[in-house]
Amino acid sequence: MRDGKVEGSIKNLNEQFMLLIQLFWTFFRIGPSTFGGGYAMLPIIEREVVHKKKWMQEDEIGELISLAGSAPGGVGVNAAAMIGHRQAGIMGAVSAVIGVTCPTFLIVILISVFAILFRNQPKVEAALNGMNGGIIALISMAAYRTARYSILDTTTAIAAIVTVAVLLFAGIHPLYLIISGLICGMAVIRIKNRLGLQVKMEKKSGTGSYPELEYYI
Amino acid sequence: MYWDLFMMFIRVGLVSFGGGYAVIPIIQHEVTEKGWLTSAEFQQTVALAGMAPGSIATNAATLIGYRTAGYIGAAVSTAGMILPSLVVIVILSALFYRIHDNSWVKSSLYGLRPVTTGLIIYAAIHFGYPTEDTGLSWVWIATLLISGVCLFLLLKYKLHPLLILTVAGAAGIILF
Repeated sequence: MRDGKVEGSIKNLNEQFMLLIQLFWTFFRIGPSTFGGGYAMLPIIEREVVHKKKWMQEDEIGELISLAGSAPGGVGVNAAAMIGHRQAGIMGAVSAVIGVTCPTFLIVILISVFAILFRNQPKVEAALNGMNGGIIALISMAAYRTARYSILDTTTAIAAIVTVAVLLFAGIHPLYLIISGLICGMAVIRIKNRLGLQVKMEKKSGTGSYPELEYYI
Repeated sequence: MYWDLFMMFIRVGLVSFGGGYAVIPIIQHEVTEKGWLTSAEFQQTVALAGMAPGSIATNAATLIGYRTAGYIGAAVSTAGMILPSLVVIVILSALFYRIHDNSWVKSSLYGLRPVTTGLIIYAAIHFGYPTEDTGLSWVWIATLLISGVCLFLLLKYKLHPLLILTVAGAAGIILF
């Protein structure tokens, strides 16, 4: 693994600056190319970063993606940050993230300006109501796909069901559920190991190098 | 106001494991509790967020920021949403090989992922609930009908999300 920071100090400032611009521009172009974000970006990131720019090896990117998927935040933004950091340290991470965010930010602003302009048109209202149905379908699909790699055994199934029940009936802040999920995970694994039970902690995806999530996350 | 938005999305961004749809209930909880948006307004915002490329969570942050405090609101919300990821990633990639196969990390993810799934399931159920606007009416039934058809199209024909939203929007114009 190359160290971006050490390399950066050897390079002269001009080269360093050009690298930052390159990182920004590469991710600026990747940003808007995918709808639904995240995992749809990954093949494009791989093509750009591994094959065109040769910033990384092909086997490195799989590990990078699994880590990007586990950290908080969208996987696209996380992958950009990691690649940027590898190439040019913290400044590299910042410019890659700004690059990947800028185009969508501008598009969203444009959409909201139009939405506010046409808000009281009955047809627009009707279309938005219809899209609500579409969103329900997209979210259900995301739930189904996430469940396939997160529900590994009875314990995880119960955890998911309890989460839904608590959210529906108790109205507590979801943050507490996330924290208890983290703690319970560690506790359950320790207890099961103590009892000598085998626990499968990850599902290996059979097809390709990406988890089968595609563009729903 | 800007500071409130920024701090709120910093909090949301910090716990946005699994990205996208899992964060929707968290944002909703925060936004409706503060009285910035009603439940129905929030659902419209998410529908719009789905239309733009990129992560639905970041897009929702931009939209909510814009609705509550204009352009600067949009900018600070988006920055707030992204900043925690950036910081965590920089720390993680500095520790990359040490942390990757750590059993504590793996076991916490084992517990975290089903919770994330639960959050997404809840978001789907919540969006299917009748809101104060629709009630148990024709609009509500039609919405569920549209979502059923869309789900079928997604599963059977693997249509692109944008296409799904376009179909759903067109169906809305016809039905409502």
